[in-house]
Amino acid sequence: MAWQAPTARPVPAPPRTSLTTRLGWAALAGALIWSYRGTAADVTALLGPEGLARMGAYVRRLFPPDLSAPLLREVAASAAETFAISFLGTLLAVLIALGLTFFASANLAFSGLLFELERPAVRAARLLIYGSARGLLNLLRTIPEIVWAIIFVFMVGLGPFPGALALGVHTGGVLGKLFAEVLENVDPQPIEALQGTGAGRLQVVAYGVLPQALPHFLSYTLYRWEVNIRVAAIMGFVGAGGLGQRIHLAISLFLEQQLLTLILAIYVLVTAVDALSAFLRRRLL
Amino acid sequence: MLPSTPSPAAAPSPRSRPSGFAVAFGLLFGLTTAASWWAARVDLATLFSREALGNALAFLAGGFPPALSPAFLRLLFRPALETVQISLLGTAIALLLGFPLGILATASLAHAGPLHELDLAGRPLRRALRFLPYALARALLSLFRSVPELVWALLFVRAVGLGPFPGVLAIGVAYGGILGKVYSEIFEAVDPRPLEALHGTGASRWRVFWYGMVPQAFPHLVSYTLYRWECAIRASAVLGFVGAGGIGQQIEISMRMFNFPEVVTLIVVLFLMVAGTDALSLRLRRRVL
Repeated sequence: MAWQAPTARPVPAPPRTSLTTRLGWAALAGALIWSYRGTAADVTALLGPEGLARMGAYVRRLFPPDLSAPLLREVAASAAETFAISFLGTLLAVLIALGLTFFASANLAFSGLLFELERPAVRAARLLIYGSARGLLNLLRTIPEIVWAIIFVFMVGLGPFPGALALGVHTGGVLGKLFAEVLENVDPQPIEALQGTGAGRLQVVAYGVLPQALPHFLSYTLYRWEVNIRVAAIMGFVGAGGLGQRIHLAISLFLEQQLLTLILAIYVLVTAVDALSAFLRRRLL
Repeated sequence: MLPSTPSPAAAPSPRSRPSGFAVAFGLLFGLTTAASWWAARVDLATLFSREALGNALAFLAGGFPPALSPAFLRLLFRPALETVQISLLGTAIALLLGFPLGILATASLAHAGPLHELDLAGRPLRRALRFLPYALARALLSLFRSVPELVWALLFVRAVGLGPFPGVLAIGVAYGGILGKVYSEIFEAVDPRPLEALHGTGASRWRVFWYGMVPQAFPHLVSYTLYRWECAIRASAVLGFVGAGGIGQQIEISMRMFNFPEVVTLIVVLFLMVAGTDALSLRLRRRVL
């Protein structure tokens, strides 16, 4: 930053930074240098005259975008596929998350107010269910979408369907964890009040927990949909349909002008979904 | 974009007939689901066919026991480190791109709100001059984050050749777009009173930013950047699929050779790395927040 400290009056000295903070910054600087060497990063080559010339030449080859009618029709069909992958994938993810999340949130699975009077053996069984649900969510979440896509292509063949399944399974893990965090952070007072009236556990969940949690569920779901439209656009790299398949092809065959059209299509699609999601967020929340 | 008009008049009886919006929403939702079902060529019969389940079982069974030979583990070490390095340097570049663009893209600093009321009243040209960099920064950030990392990676592979460096650049650009947008949102959400107070003393916009905004925003900036670093670990693992280094490249190779024991080992390693990063980032975030 080229910002100059104000010189008119001396600024009071900032509070002294602790040793651990300074060590932390030093460690960060060291890690960055280590990464710069390890990744063979070369800013001078990238931004030197040669690198810039090479990139400029590549960018020039992208123009003008290929806007011929047959290509546009095909791109529109692929874009529709990408949208469908993201939409169905997110929907499937919500179903998976809702199925697992109630078992994966500690306050609804085994601990706290609702289970105070439980016998130890029953409690241990509940803990086991909780642990399995958490473990399953972790597994779904850890395997990247693209690896899931390869697995599902292996199972059901090429096309957008395995892409939607892959997105759904991975995002299901993500949403399940996020939902569980929401459930664990709800205000406990309505739960206590309901329990005091003799409500059963299902009733407590339905009337004390869900009304607090649903807006957050919805908000996270919309957020993940925005993420998923971007991921759906690359599913085609492993044969799972949508725009990615054409991008992969255009890049491999050096069809740069088609590539620009496809990138523009992604831009339009992503921007449209972002706008739609923002609109729904305002209307529904 | 239509401004959403909260209609308090309609709120009191939630059990009354569904609003026009709710009906339209429900219809559109159903239609979109049906159309997507068709466009994605959903085929549940195949998914639950004996053949597909057999394939899945073969995959699972083929993955055990995972490959744990010392030779393979040694081979794995370098790409795993590379993934960490790509994520670190990529996030640093994203920060360098996102921070200045995020400042430019903050409406309350650029052209709107109390800092500008008096200054810009009746001066359309000056208003336009302040609005222009704001709009440009927004458009640039939106371009950066709308093109997926993987596509950026492919472009950079063409520009600088195979290896981890294009992966770094891809994460830098794509995450720069995300960080810039989120930074601008954080800046816009700070308590405006200190800003107005500083402005009232005659402080320039830079000083208002530095002494009024940054101290309030700093913990959130750090926290969000750390969160993005976690995402970058995952992303850099995927970038290897297009030849941009890291552990993803190993996963791709082992997948293509149908060597499922290796794939299982690689996924476990990735899991450990992601979990480790999450834990570290959580500790750091607790410190700053």
